[in-house]
Amino acid sequence: MIDNAQSIKENSFYEESTTKKSHGIASWLFSTDHKRIGIMYLIALSTFFFCALIIGLFMRFETIAPGETIMKAQTYNTLFTLHGVTMVFLFIVPGIPVVFGNFFLPILLGAQDVSFPRLNLLSFWIYILGGIIILVSLFLPGGPIDTGWTFYIPYSIRTGTNVSLPLFGAFILGFSSILTGINFVTTVHRLRAPGMSYFKMPLFVWSVYATGWIQILATPVVGITILLVLLERYFGIGIFDPTLGGDPILFQHMFWIYSHPAVYIMVLPAMGVVSEIIPTFTRRTIFGYKAIAISSLAIAFVGYLVWAHHMFTSGLSETAALVFSFLTFIVALPSAIKVFNWLASMYKGSIDLKPPFLWVLNFILLFTIGGLTGLVLGALTTDIHLHDTYFVVAHFHYVMFGGTGTIFIASLFYWFPKMFGRMYNIKWASRSAVLFFIAFNTLYFPMFILGYQGMPRRYYDYLPQFTTLQVISTVGSWLMFIAIVSIIINLVGSLRKGKVASANPWGGVTLEWHIPSPPPLLNFKEIPKVSHEPYDFSQLKTMKYVPIGEVYE
Amino acid sequence: MNNENSIAIQNEHVVHRDDVGARLGMWLFLFTELLLFGGLFLVYAVYRHLYYEDFKIAALSLNTTIGTLNTIILLTSSLTVALSIAVLQKGKRQLSIILLMLTDVLAIIFMINKYFEWSAKIHHGIFPGSEHLLGLPEGQILFYGLYYIMTGLHALHIIIGIVFISIVLVFVSRGSVNENNYVKLENAGLYWHLVDLIWIFLFPFFYLIQ
Repeated sequence: MIDNAQSIKENSFYEESTTKKSHGIASWLFSTDHKRIGIMYLIALSTFFFCALIIGLFMRFETIAPGETIMKAQTYNTLFTLHGVTMVFLFIVPGIPVVFGNFFLPILLGAQDVSFPRLNLLSFWIYILGGIIILVSLFLPGGPIDTGWTFYIPYSIRTGTNVSLPLFGAFILGFSSILTGINFVTTVHRLRAPGMSYFKMPLFVWSVYATGWIQILATPVVGITILLVLLERYFGIGIFDPTLGGDPILFQHMFWIYSHPAVYIMVLPAMGVVSEIIPTFTRRTIFGYKAIAISSLAIAFVGYLVWAHHMFTSGLSETAALVFSFLTFIVALPSAIKVFNWLASMYKGSIDLKPPFLWVLNFILLFTIGGLTGLVLGALTTDIHLHDTYFVVAHFHYVMFGGTGTIFIASLFYWFPKMFGRMYNIKWASRSAVLFFIAFNTLYFPMFILGYQGMPRRYYDYLPQFTTLQVISTVGSWLMFIAIVSIIINLVGSLRKGKVASANPWGGVTLEWHIPSPPPLLNFKEIPKVSHEPYDFSQLKTMKYVPIGEVYE
Repeated sequence: MNNENSIAIQNEHVVHRDDVGARLGMWLFLFTELLLFGGLFLVYAVYRHLYYEDFKIAALSLNTTIGTLNTIILLTSSLTVALSIAVLQKGKRQLSIILLMLTDVLAIIFMINKYFEWSAKIHHGIFPGSEHLLGLPEGQILFYGLYYIMTGLHALHIIIGIVFISIVLVFVSRGSVNENNYVKLENAGLYWHLVDLIWIFLFPFFYLIQ
């Protein structure tokens, strides 16, 4: 290992590891290399995502016709809970930061690893532990949890199903999230390459940085809330129990004090990736760099102050409701700033409709629909009508899946050649993007109408007049399944059979495109000195790696 | 150990030791601890506002003497841990070790006091779910509930702190934490001060509102 200074030049991080052996499962499980950890997260997250997707498929199949179709009400309750818990706590919250943040944050900063590599590995283990605990709870006597992913009191302390174990799992996952946040914030502060001032950081770094702060400052609150529910279940302390003087509404407040900022944990990194992809595929610098960077922090900050908009029907005082509604409208502003800046970046750009860019277009359209319907829910009068209906379900699927989920896939298509050194089938990737867009809207758009007509969420049964739209939505779920499977086949197949990718297939200029694909263990032979703005495409003239067979001015 | 070695290899290109970074990470972690307790302070604030009189009455049953004693013990232990850093920086390893041991001893005395306090309460039938407690007014039930949760969580932090300090104690005696590289000791100290600080708030919230 000592005399590998020579071999570093050729070997990627797949051939070398921070562990003694560089191959075999132990070289992955014990590796503190941020890239290996990122890939392990990718495998774990994709597995959980796929499981939850299948659950969703079953739920949609149950609702294809009124009455009992393939399952009983209790099974349906369990499934929507599992779908929510898995998607939220095991997929979307860790989501982009743990996979692409881990892999690319140090590279984009010009560093060799994160600040605390061993802590990073620990977060991964804790994440897996949390996942296992949640999985184990499904098979224990008492039956799987059926409270919905929000664990609302008083049902969550009364139900006989296995609530405690998944709650404990979520508590543990919180630790993982906190440690990742601490690691990333410290990394951004301490490990920027020489010359990389804060306003020369790529925007993905900015968004992961803002996310890190939310993880640090919001997650402990849900941690203590979960702990209180557990104590309530075992000891009957009374904090949330009205028969002992407690207040169940207080649980909702404490839950959403975390879980609303968590929405921004989910979506901010996605916005960061969008700001990376757009310059690369429009060949021009991002419009309004500082506005985008600062709006990330603004979202993180204002996102704290809007939690009670989940509770407009809980008997909130009128003053409080007004304030929270107003702040909800305010938080839409920084998101809108970003959208306008992205659109302005495309204006007069040299747009290259490669798959990552198509997925970004998907994102902008779907996220805008999701965001604007969020305002409908944030307005006091309309929310009373739409609260707890399919409208809400459609809204957050547009934001979470259409927003973050789409960009998770976009990041894969954007960075796949860098991560694995192979190129996927571009034609199929584009077709998947189009199919995804059609499937997505077939699946979720009818839910807006259903919700507006009064279809409540979390019901396995419904009135006959909703049948047509429900059937359309279920057909959409099948299309969605095909779209996702086509993506998986394309990517997994390309791992071995794909063409060997060049180091810079898209002509990007941020630091990850300055190093070979896949990156060597130490990322950079020497720590780069940064003199350019992050999206300065004049660098392409002097860069070591440029797209093969393409000419640049 | 293999891991350690390979990290050393990995870091020979870059001096990875980053004391400022390590401290920054610790401070960020302390924020999360503050917010963890912050959630409980929030609950406390709500219920004290709702049940002002009950809280006052229930607090009468707490032993202010033991509480004060524990406050003094904990403050002293914060002093000893701070001194252990100061003397280590001057290269006095033995003294630093003694001061760290003293910190642990004081922490254990704190826990012993806590044990007697809790067992006396439980002996009187005051614990969550007990018949006696359920017969009391709602505000008092919540007061004792919060008392057990908050001082219990704090006691858990004391135990973690004892372990943390003991580990660093081993490092100091082995010499891997020394006058040139003492950031681990500093971080243990920071953690201990936080535990202390939280008690500074818990003490008046429960013992001094009578």
